Amino acid sequence: MQNLGIDVLFKGSNMMRLLGGLWVSLRISLIAVFFSVILGVPLGILMSRNSRIIRAITRLYLEIVRIMPQMVLLFIVFFGTTRVFGWNLDAEVASVIVFSFWGCAEMSDLVRGALISIPKHQYESAKALGMNSFAVFFFIILPQTIRRLLPLSINLVTRMIKTTSLVMMIGVVEVLKVGQQIIEANRTSSPNAAFGVYGTVFLLYFIGCWPISMLSKYLEKKWKND
Amino acid sequence: MSKKEEIIRVDHITKRYDENAVLDDFSLSVHEGEVVVIVGPSGCGKSTILRIMNGLEPIQKGEVTYRGEKVDGKLGSITRIREKVGMVFQSYELFPHKTILQNVMLAPLLVQKRDRKEVKEEALQLLARVGLSEKKNAYPRQLSGGQKQRVAIVRALAMHPEVLLFDEVTAALDPEMVREVLDVLLSLAKEGKTMVIVTHEMSFAKAVADRVIFLDGGHLEEEGTASEFFDHPKTERAKQFLHTFTYDKVEREEER
Repeated sequence: MQNLGIDVLFKGSNMMRLLGGLWVSLRISLIAVFFSVILGVPLGILMSRNSRIIRAITRLYLEIVRIMPQMVLLFIVFFGTTRVFGWNLDAEVASVIVFSFWGCAEMSDLVRGALISIPKHQYESAKALGMNSFAVFFFIILPQTIRRLLPLSINLVTRMIKTTSLVMMIGVVEVLKVGQQIIEANRTSSPNAAFGVYGTVFLLYFIGCWPISMLSKYLEKKWKND
Repeated sequence: MSKKEEIIRVDHITKRYDENAVLDDFSLSVHEGEVVVIVGPSGCGKSTILRIMNGLEPIQKGEVTYRGEKVDGKLGSITRIREKVGMVFQSYELFPHKTILQNVMLAPLLVQKRDRKEVKEEALQLLARVGLSEKKNAYPRQLSGGQKQRVAIVRALAMHPEVLLFDEVTAALDPEMVREVLDVLLSLAKEGKTMVIVTHEMSFAKAVADRVIFLDGGHLEEEGTASEFFDHPKTERAKQFLHTFTYDKVEREEER
């Protein structure tokens, strides 16, 4: 056991601290997912309409999010705003802002894609049965959109959870940072701790993301032909 | 024919996409119990007429009325009219996330707010009539094209429509499935249902039609009873069109 460096986890409250760090990661991503969904879904619906102005603006937004590394966004929001606007943002708040900004863009694009993939005739055949626009959207279009959307957006969630490891760069003490602290603190007593601790962090990410990823696969298979 | 009540009136309508007139000053009236078949070359505007009758396409000039009420996709009254004017599409368009039975029952429950038990009973009867009882719990993807189209017809019938519009309902089907769908249409005609049918199946058109409308380039080119039109077409254009469906026996050179 000594050689793998797992023993440090059982010293003091180390394991609890690590789990606490995992909770910070999950909390940031879950809050960001929440904002991404409530902002991204209406934005995606807007994008599926044929307005040139909306399309131009959202296009620009999407491209910025895609091109810019998340780390740079984090630095701009956390360090940049402090100097320029004098904002004193909490690091976790800054992380949530950046992750929501990113997630909202990705989510809206997924929603748009799912919506426009529903054939025009689905709307028409529902209308031809006397349904009003509300009924057409809620009973015919939305259920089909959700089926196409869910596997993809679940995928987005796991990507967001993974990417939270970046937020330690602006001083958020999340699971990876806690791991580093534990390794540093026990450098002399257990020099092999890096393997044990990082290995455990890997396992924690895996336990967090794998079920979500499996759910996505399952849903994708189940609804493939719909 | 004019003794029966007029149900749908298409009054001098013009429909343009950009600059191209798809329909030009076209009129038609459909009376109760009548089967009107619209034929003509591809792109002549046949399907557009049906779509306009159901308020799915805006028009630039003229007016469509259903029992005297204006048919316009933008008016609130359109949903009430569409309840009475059933439409079946070329591509079936069943709802993929619902079972066959749910597909049939959805609109009567949701739109007409009818009693669930009664709707289910009727849906099952209708499915039995087109020979698809055992598919009631299947999903559309598990059905063949002909089966899907029969369900689409049942779905329209479940609304108790006064008129049924059929938009090239067999055009996407394999030849051996065409028959099973057209048989359903023929039996509906026998019952005296009012129908407007757009089709490329000429022998079917001849069998089912009370009146044939021949359309070319967005104009009404010729109109008459089935036997008038198919056996004694008056216009040159109609003769030409009908000729494309017949083939002369090939005579080989050496046999002459």
